[in-house]
Amino acid sequence: MSSATAWIVLGATSVLCFGVKLLGYYVPEGWLARPRLQRVNALVPISLLSALVVAEGLVVKTHVVLDHRLAGLAVALAALFAKAPFPVVVASAAITSALVYHLH
Amino acid sequence: MTTAPRETSRDAFSVAFTVGTYGVAFGAAGIAAGFSVLQTCLFSLLTFTGASQFAAVGVMAAGGGAVSAVAAATMLGTRNALYGLQMAPLVRVKGFRRVVAAHLTIDESTGVALAQTPRGTHAMRRGFWLTGAGVYLFWNLFTLLGAIGAKALGNPASWGLDAAVPAAFLGLLWPRLTTTFLRVVAASSMTFAVLVTPWLPAGLPIIASALVAVVWGWRER
Repeated sequence: MSSATAWIVLGATSVLCFGVKLLGYYVPEGWLARPRLQRVNALVPISLLSALVVAEGLVVKTHVVLDHRLAGLAVALAALFAKAPFPVVVASAAITSALVYHLH
Repeated sequence: MTTAPRETSRDAFSVAFTVGTYGVAFGAAGIAAGFSVLQTCLFSLLTFTGASQFAAVGVMAAGGGAVSAVAAATMLGTRNALYGLQMAPLVRVKGFRRVVAAHLTIDESTGVALAQTPRGTHAMRRGFWLTGAGVYLFWNLFTLLGAIGAKALGNPASWGLDAAVPAAFLGLLWPRLTTTFLRVVAASSMTFAVLVTPWLPAGLPIIASALVAVVWGWRER
């Protein structure tokens, strides 16, 4: 990633994310209150976060690759089932993945 | 009723601190994706909506294009507009203070405000501002720490940072899966992402997965 790309992504993301926040304060209530829009909008974070787990944990470029990251994810999943707090989930995944990466 | 503000403050602080610490993971993710410490910190200061920030740097880390990264982040941010809709009649501010209120309108500030409903409007408003400001403070502080730490560590894979990012997404996803239906939506989104990965440019499967949300949300159930 070039420095210019990094700045563009940072700038555009910040402007658009702030824009949608502001929208909620200025748009007439009925506009965003349509049931279908609300239903889809409630599910979008779930779909995108799910896809991001896959893209970050199981994919290299355009290939599905099962490597050390999967071991980390498995431990993260176990930690979530055990109701571990967020920092523990992330740290346990990192430690496991690093161990597998170095042992491999 | 006299004890309500103190309990509200306590709620706000505990949420703000806990969520703020997640900033370490974002700081590390920003560096792992190739952003500088300054850029990573500016994300937290200016974008200030965790899942969107993670998405933007996550798509770049996955080799996706700038458009995919910005689109994924923006789509994840649209829920804040619906929060704003609920918070606007509560906070009732104009001009610059409304801009500040909008910037602080995120999952946590809205959540704490709504949780104060039994304690009255005053407590709700207080919960919104305290939580928003508190998360802003701690989120930015911990982002800086995470970014500096990750910069010092070097190769992301060597320290497991490449697994920390998907684990962070899983950690953000997990508490949302409160019903069987939502778990089905998550599972089908993951399956969809795996299936389309070989056929789409890097980063695009993330955006495309929004179609799964459209399909499941189209009809009332």
